[in-house]
Amino acid sequence: MAEVYKLNTPLAVEDLKKLKIGDKVLLTGIIYTARDAAHKRLVQLVEEGKDLPFDINGAVIYYVGPAPAKPGYAIGSAGPTTSYRMDPYTPALLDIGLKATIGKGNRSKEVLDSMVKNTAVYLAAVGGAAALIAKTIKKAEIIAYEDLKSEAVRRLEVVDFPCIVANDTFGSDLYEEGMKKYNEE
Amino acid sequence: MREIDVSKITEVVKKLVIDANYYIGKDVSDAIKKAVSEESSPTAKEILNIILDNHEISETEKMPICQDTGVAVFFIELGQEVHVTGGDFEESINEGVRQGYEEGYLRKSMVGDPVIERKNTGDNTPAIIHLTIVPGDSIKITVAPKGGGAENMSEVQMMKAADGIEGVKNFVIDRVRRSKGNPCPPVVVGVGIGGDFEKSAILAKKSLLRDIGQRSTDPVMAKVEVELLERINKLGIGPMGLGGKTTALDVFIEYIPCHIASMPVAVNINCHAARHKVIVI
Repeated sequence: MAEVYKLNTPLAVEDLKKLKIGDKVLLTGIIYTARDAAHKRLVQLVEEGKDLPFDINGAVIYYVGPAPAKPGYAIGSAGPTTSYRMDPYTPALLDIGLKATIGKGNRSKEVLDSMVKNTAVYLAAVGGAAALIAKTIKKAEIIAYEDLKSEAVRRLEVVDFPCIVANDTFGSDLYEEGMKKYNEE
Repeated sequence: MREIDVSKITEVVKKLVIDANYYIGKDVSDAIKKAVSEESSPTAKEILNIILDNHEISETEKMPICQDTGVAVFFIELGQEVHVTGGDFEESINEGVRQGYEEGYLRKSMVGDPVIERKNTGDNTPAIIHLTIVPGDSIKITVAPKGGGAENMSEVQMMKAADGIEGVKNFVIDRVRRSKGNPCPPVVVGVGIGGDFEKSAILAKKSLLRDIGQRSTDPVMAKVEVELLERINKLGIGPMGLGGKTTALDVFIEYIPCHIASMPVAVNINCHAARHKVIVI
């Protein structure tokens, strides 16, 4: 039976090892946003041996381009974007300390292998549940690439951000297993 | 001739794009509620309940259902007895999009050049406008904001007549299977058959304007829609691709005549935030 875990960032390896696919995670702490364009720049920094705009050790990256915040709100609607577009960049970031990514949709074999190698997880957020997720984001601030607008890198303070473990540190894949389990063809 | 000023069109479009993004149709909410009761996967139930909670939050807080407030896609039926006055018709639509996306705090998701620089246009224009001229003295404007994740899972195939209806069914199912969790299932599947290359795609998109549960008026196609929905929901993909019985909420098929040598088939996938709003001026 799936468990519910409350985890704080930066993520600790011993916490990650407890997680199994299908478990529910409520994340609290700091997470960073990045999409395609920001990933291209982040990985270029890694290749050039330069510092990233945030500390990658134990970090969580959330694939999101939020809607603009209304007055009095920390952020606008902020659901996950499709993760496969970040697959080409993810292993390079996992290799230097990234511990979790949050998005929607399945990942490539390269990313799955890299997560096992680096003891990292992939968490699925509910696509389209963007107003609900926004309510768990208490503060948002652009820390890099402001020119990318909704795709800029943001530092988010989250409380009980809801997600589901889609890939655990043991190499299990809920996309594969879930589909197999409920396939009636 | 009935005169309609472009400022009226802009005003209406502005409200439409905001409303479409804040308020999901009751047909979609009802279909998801029904799916919750039929799902056996706890993860699937949880996801569907989160989607329902999100509908309530977006409505009460007046926030977009999804942060991907989409390409602003319009289907417009312009009455031939209407004389549009005071400016440029297409620009009046784009101006409504510009104002609505800004004032409604909707995300601007359009890039000006799709390949090299991909610089955001900053105001979500240009809109995609499908215009038809019809008898009458009114303008019917339908907006259907379309997110990128689901649109990316869409496809056109120039099939052979010999492929027949079984070929069409297999293509539709295969397209959904390959999409997995990417288009935000439970999806709505739009199928356009016939016409030519581009017309089939427009038809597939237009079919998505139907309400969930609204069957084709052609009894043969209505049966195919029901069969496809059943078969898609046996794939096991489930809500957000994490396993379950609810992969699609509905399948809509539209068809039109085509060339003797052709059988174009387009599949346009919509996410569970299947948004559309209509107004008649």
